[in-house]
Amino acid sequence: MKSVTLVFLVHQPVRLKRYRFFDIGTHHDYYDDYANETLIRQLAAQCYLPANSLLLRQINRLNGQLKVAFAIPGVTLELFEQYAPEVTDSFILLAETGNVEFLGGTYSHSLSSVADPASFASEAEHQRQAISRLSGQQPEVFLNTEMIYSDTIGAMVADMGYKGMITEGARHILGWKSPDFLYCNAINPRLKVMMRHSKLSDDLSIRFSDNSWAGYPLTADKYLGWIRGSEPAGESITICVDYGTFGNVHPAKSGIFNFLDHFIFLVTQSQDVFFSSPREVIARLQPVSLINVKHPVSLAGEERDLSFWNGNDIQGEALAKLYELALPMNHNVDPDILKDWHYLQASDHFLFMSTKAAPQPLHNRYSPYNSPFEAFINYMNILNDFSLRMDENPLKPDCFEELENCRRLLKEKEQEIEEFREEIRRLKRHKRLPRSGG
Amino acid sequence: MNVLMFGWEFPPHISGGLGTACYGLTKGLSEVDRMQVTFVVPRAWGDELRSDIQLLGANQVPVNRRWVEIGDSETRMEVVEVLSDLAPYRSPEQFWELKSRSYARGTRFVEVNEEGKIEFSGSYGPSLYREIRNYAIVARFIARARSFDIIHAHDWLTFPAGIEAMKASGKPLVVHVHSTEFDRTGGNVNPMVYAIEREGMETADKVIAVSNLTRQTVIEKYGIDPTRVVTVYNAVEPLSDEEKRQIKKGIHEKIVTFMGRITYQKGPEYFIEAAALVLRKMKNVRFVMAGSGDMMDDMIQQAARLGITSKFHFTGFLRGDDVYRMLHLSDVFVMPSVSEPFGIVPLEAMQANVPVIISRQSGVAEILNFAIKVDFWDTFALADAIYALLNYPALARLFVKHGIEETSNLKWKNSANEVTGIYKKLLERETLNTPHL
Repeated sequence: MKSVTLVFLVHQPVRLKRYRFFDIGTHHDYYDDYANETLIRQLAAQCYLPANSLLLRQINRLNGQLKVAFAIPGVTLELFEQYAPEVTDSFILLAETGNVEFLGGTYSHSLSSVADPASFASEAEHQRQAISRLSGQQPEVFLNTEMIYSDTIGAMVADMGYKGMITEGARHILGWKSPDFLYCNAINPRLKVMMRHSKLSDDLSIRFSDNSWAGYPLTADKYLGWIRGSEPAGESITICVDYGTFGNVHPAKSGIFNFLDHFIFLVTQSQDVFFSSPREVIARLQPVSLINVKHPVSLAGEERDLSFWNGNDIQGEALAKLYELALPMNHNVDPDILKDWHYLQASDHFLFMSTKAAPQPLHNRYSPYNSPFEAFINYMNILNDFSLRMDENPLKPDCFEELENCRRLLKEKEQEIEEFREEIRRLKRHKRLPRSGG
Repeated sequence: MNVLMFGWEFPPHISGGLGTACYGLTKGLSEVDRMQVTFVVPRAWGDELRSDIQLLGANQVPVNRRWVEIGDSETRMEVVEVLSDLAPYRSPEQFWELKSRSYARGTRFVEVNEEGKIEFSGSYGPSLYREIRNYAIVARFIARARSFDIIHAHDWLTFPAGIEAMKASGKPLVVHVHSTEFDRTGGNVNPMVYAIEREGMETADKVIAVSNLTRQTVIEKYGIDPTRVVTVYNAVEPLSDEEKRQIKKGIHEKIVTFMGRITYQKGPEYFIEAAALVLRKMKNVRFVMAGSGDMMDDMIQQAARLGITSKFHFTGFLRGDDVYRMLHLSDVFVMPSVSEPFGIVPLEAMQANVPVIISRQSGVAEILNFAIKVDFWDTFALADAIYALLNYPALARLFVKHGIEETSNLKWKNSANEVTGIYKKLLERETLNTPHL
């Protein structure tokens, strides 16, 4: 018996407006509302709504045999609420079936896990609250931005109380090992690690409608056959694809929806393969070994590293300047500033600054900019304006540390008071006992 | 392979990119195996950068006699021969005397000196049309006196010469378009120049354009068959050690440089407007406009109107080492050309470790990755790019790091190889078409 875990990654970057240096300090209107609305509405119609209704129909029909998981960053949920509330509703309906799991992650789809551990923790907390608001669930499994993972990131996630994490089954970390088993973190073995099956996932998300591919046309029978044959002793196969695979990357006329429909049907009919949610996999299976990941992996590129987001000087500078603001952000109370802080952290801004996208030099096909340099200039102008707004905060950066110390002191004292109270209560009980006795 | 090449200027006597490009290409060709280039200019000064190039001044060729080869090319004999359609004269008196006789239609009168040679100024003066015509006359003599396989003419000034040489020798003609009348005037073309350009392109067996942008102009505005127009990009000479030497800056302010002729084509006004925008936001920066041209007075006035003259400097035309000194002092180089067929100067700036901003309306934008590209009219974008390069050091660092790498891949040798390929194809076709006797 082998379980299949379907994980859908839902994420749309928020598009920034052209923001010139002479706009700095004059207005704080950073977002291209028209592009954002158009993009979200288009994706809702092509992909999110039809795919969600397909899943809902199958879940209801199959009496709970179908289980899927979603990773949706909070900023994307905000975009849905703003531009396509019916998508939010359809996710709520899915959540109510009890067969859909929502994963923990970063609220902003940010790179905080590698850039700033403190922000990472607060991002994850924000995301947990957002998931709980949406679905009433407390996430147990964590899926980081772009599946970024390393031993230390895993340990941080374990400290936050998560039981498992899903990451890329990159060849250079697995070596001879198979992704079809459960592993555990090298620092904190209590955190279980599921490995995305790169080949089977990419067959769907990248190659499905490529008619020059040897596997074309991909039918549900063929795909199920590949899953069976993947690793004879394998216990669990994790398939993570971008949700846009259904209807956007591969349009409806490619047959992707029919494929999904039939695949679900075939799996529920088969004797040896069944659907399992990440939560169940982690509860059911025992890890077979530790997995050592010294340098962060991700799901992108041939190298599966971070070079798409932090691979050149301008990306490094933009990231450094952004997370310089992390400390003052701790003391922010303005909801507008918090919202911008979330949107500005999204990994996509840094992806658009990448100079490595081959074969067409220096051009990323998803980028709204003409060049990585334009992306950088625009982002830095906005970031400059944003940091000016932070400076308007009456608290100056040098106060923050002091404030932080005061808070710590206050906490200690409170704890002390609590201990004293406890002691008083104890003493009172002691006193009372003999009195009642006498 | 012997190439007879016609140009108008040759370093150090240059007024723009044409001379630099001709020199680079010729030098690149001289490195190609068994390639011999004879480069003809209107006037040879004697101090040109020759290296392995055979340079010939049209002012050194007598037009009332010619060399006749006897047997091998080593033995030559000079014969006096006056062509029937040419009437050389030495003085006004002689001109009137000749004028009083009757001639066949199309006979050309031309003033020569005692040695039977025509005088050329080699500049772009008021007698330009006469010089172009005389240059063509001399081209015919050169073509008859020498043996070569192919003719290559650079820009419209030499197209008539190329055509004459082709008629006299029957050898294939390649014309090289470094700029068109549309680039220079912004569409307000001089019909005479246009006619000369068009005749050259139509007559030529192959037209070489310096970028796809120019190729498109040649096809669309001159109606040339696309199959006859090929793009060969220019390149850049590596800096000499002397030119590489860093200059110490006297001021702590940043310097943003425009370098080129101050004419409509180069878009100087957009540079000034962008400068004004940047100066509103930051103070420790100076702008330099290096060059001269017909719009210089207007530009000075515009800078004054915008109230930025204390931060905006005009240097006039820079020559030789001053060019590199200026580039080394710069923190940003800007080329906002309205229409630039290629544009070698940004490449030179990149070699001097200066980040560059170029207009999308330039040919060099087609081959550069590590440069910021903006539309020439978009002064907001231009100002934004200047501000970013001055204020976000990582961007400038990235450009400097990759700029050298990128320009060092643009070698004249590669351009020369492409041109050689074009020659070879033409000559192959030539031999196929020649009937066997």
